[in-house]
Amino acid sequence: MITLEGVTKIYHAGEVEVPALKGLSLHIPEGEFVAIMGPSGSGKSTLMNLIGCLDQPSSGRYILDGYDVSALSDDQLAWIRNRKIGFVFQSFNLIPRASAVHNVEMPLIYAGDNQQRRERAMAALESVGILDRASHLPNELSGGQQQRVAVARALVTDPAILLADEPTGNLDSESSLEIMKMLRDLNRQGRTIVLITHEADIASFASRVVRLRDGVIVSDQRQSVATEMVQ
Amino acid sequence: MSILEGLRLAVNGLLSNRLRSALTMLGILIGVSAVILLVGVGNGATIAVQQQIQSLGSNLLTVFPSNARGAGGVQQGFGTGAIPSAGGRAQLTYGNQNWNSSLTGTTQDFPSVRNYQMASGQFFSSGDVDASSKVAVIGPTVATNLFSGADPIGQVMKINRQNFRIVGVFAPKGSSGGFNNQDDVVVVPITSAWSYLLGGRGRNVQQIYVEATSAEATAAANTEVTQVLLDRHHISDPTLADFQILSQQDVLNSAASTTGVLTLMLGAIAGISLVVGGIGIMNIMLVTVTERTREIGIRKAIGARRQDILLQFLIESMFLSGLGGALGILIGFGLARVLPLVVSTLPTPIISTPSVFLAFGISVGIGLFFGLYPANRAARLRPIEALRYE
Repeated sequence: MITLEGVTKIYHAGEVEVPALKGLSLHIPEGEFVAIMGPSGSGKSTLMNLIGCLDQPSSGRYILDGYDVSALSDDQLAWIRNRKIGFVFQSFNLIPRASAVHNVEMPLIYAGDNQQRRERAMAALESVGILDRASHLPNELSGGQQQRVAVARALVTDPAILLADEPTGNLDSESSLEIMKMLRDLNRQGRTIVLITHEADIASFASRVVRLRDGVIVSDQRQSVATEMVQ
Repeated sequence: MSILEGLRLAVNGLLSNRLRSALTMLGILIGVSAVILLVGVGNGATIAVQQQIQSLGSNLLTVFPSNARGAGGVQQGFGTGAIPSAGGRAQLTYGNQNWNSSLTGTTQDFPSVRNYQMASGQFFSSGDVDASSKVAVIGPTVATNLFSGADPIGQVMKINRQNFRIVGVFAPKGSSGGFNNQDDVVVVPITSAWSYLLGGRGRNVQQIYVEATSAEATAAANTEVTQVLLDRHHISDPTLADFQILSQQDVLNSAASTTGVLTLMLGAIAGISLVVGGIGIMNIMLVTVTERTREIGIRKAIGARRQDILLQFLIESMFLSGLGGALGILIGFGLARVLPLVVSTLPTPIISTPSVFLAFGISVGIGLFFGLYPANRAARLRPIEALRYE
């Protein structure tokens, strides 16, 4: 599903070159639930941007669902993000002036997929359990509810991977637990999930944990999946 | 993304910032209503001037000499449709009343050629012309100012200290004001003018008025007059002609070009305010794009292409300016109706349908032009940077 081969990413801060990833190789097969962990500055945000096709590697190859992403144009990357990747962000990133259902519809609008758009958006909202909030604006919803809308938006195009960047970072522990259980259930239904986090108890929901430090992988372990949050 | 979806987004975006949208729209609204109104006033002035000129008689040709010659035998050349004319300013005195008016010496066919009706009395006859009779016909303005209500017929007034008997008064032609008051005239036989009033200047004809049988026949009459005069003056080369012929059409054309320039200037002044309005739109769109940087990042992350973002902001700015333009047209119409009632000297504005469509098209075009830069800026934002924007 996801294959990274010798990927590097170098940022330019004026004259200085700052390497964020130093030749990283990683393979994530379909149906896996991977947590990528590491302290700040370890390169995990950079890795998340690359996997999410928001940015391109300086060198190396990135194959997503058979597409060599490192060679694509901006508009092709937009297409990949639209069809292959569902994003769940730490700060929800819903569009404030649009209702919940309209937010969920948005990827379908950009896909040019107008067939039963409203019905599919409603079905996605139902699958995350907040169908009754469909017409509410984001600021009328609690943090947990907003993140559910974001998950529904990520799922509506039936993407190859779900990319969750600190999805519980802005949530209380109760909502965090709900969201993590939801992700775990989605994985059990066969969805590939990549989770970026720095919290061990959140990572415990994943079946595999990859640890980064200074732009390289320092450990890659499989583990049994947690059922409850370790407090 | 469809246009309809873009419109929905645009309305949504504009409604989220009502006051700002309304103020931005106001810039275009004022510009468009100014264009509609001022061009309307220009057109109104053009029509008013044309009507005034046409009241002189639209089938009239005026022949001016390039150098003065005797007027002998004008009638023999053209029959009753042509009259010679000579004149100048004249001081009129009756009792203790004084009036300065425009003097014309001419022949008995003057009323029919120049389109004058008699209000009372008679115009002078061919006998008066042959005999150099000291008779005069006056316009209604002269009658009012010199006789203040009394009947002038049969009275004797002084023209440049010579006694003339008034035999008739013209009916008003209606088009007073303007550059040449046709009601402020005094008309005498041309022979009398030569003998008593234009002393020392000889028997010169200053103009010959020629009446064509219809407005359509003026071109043919023009050719005919040219030919007759060239023959009588023994000139074979038309470029050496010692006269010029001015038709009412020529006068109309020159007046039209003058008022055309006026309309253009008014339109240009109003157009400047449209450009200022457009810059206002650009300014607000730049603010909007900056404000919505994060939204743009989100949209790009979930699959919006450059053209989707470009279209979203272009539709928004075009909708803003188009709506402002449409409201501006309505307000321009309203002002065009109301303003002449308040300012009576203003010519009635005439709003042509093409100018309305043009104004609307230009306002939408301004939205497109001034929206392009901000929209392009939004479309080129990089998703990771836009997402990180607080």
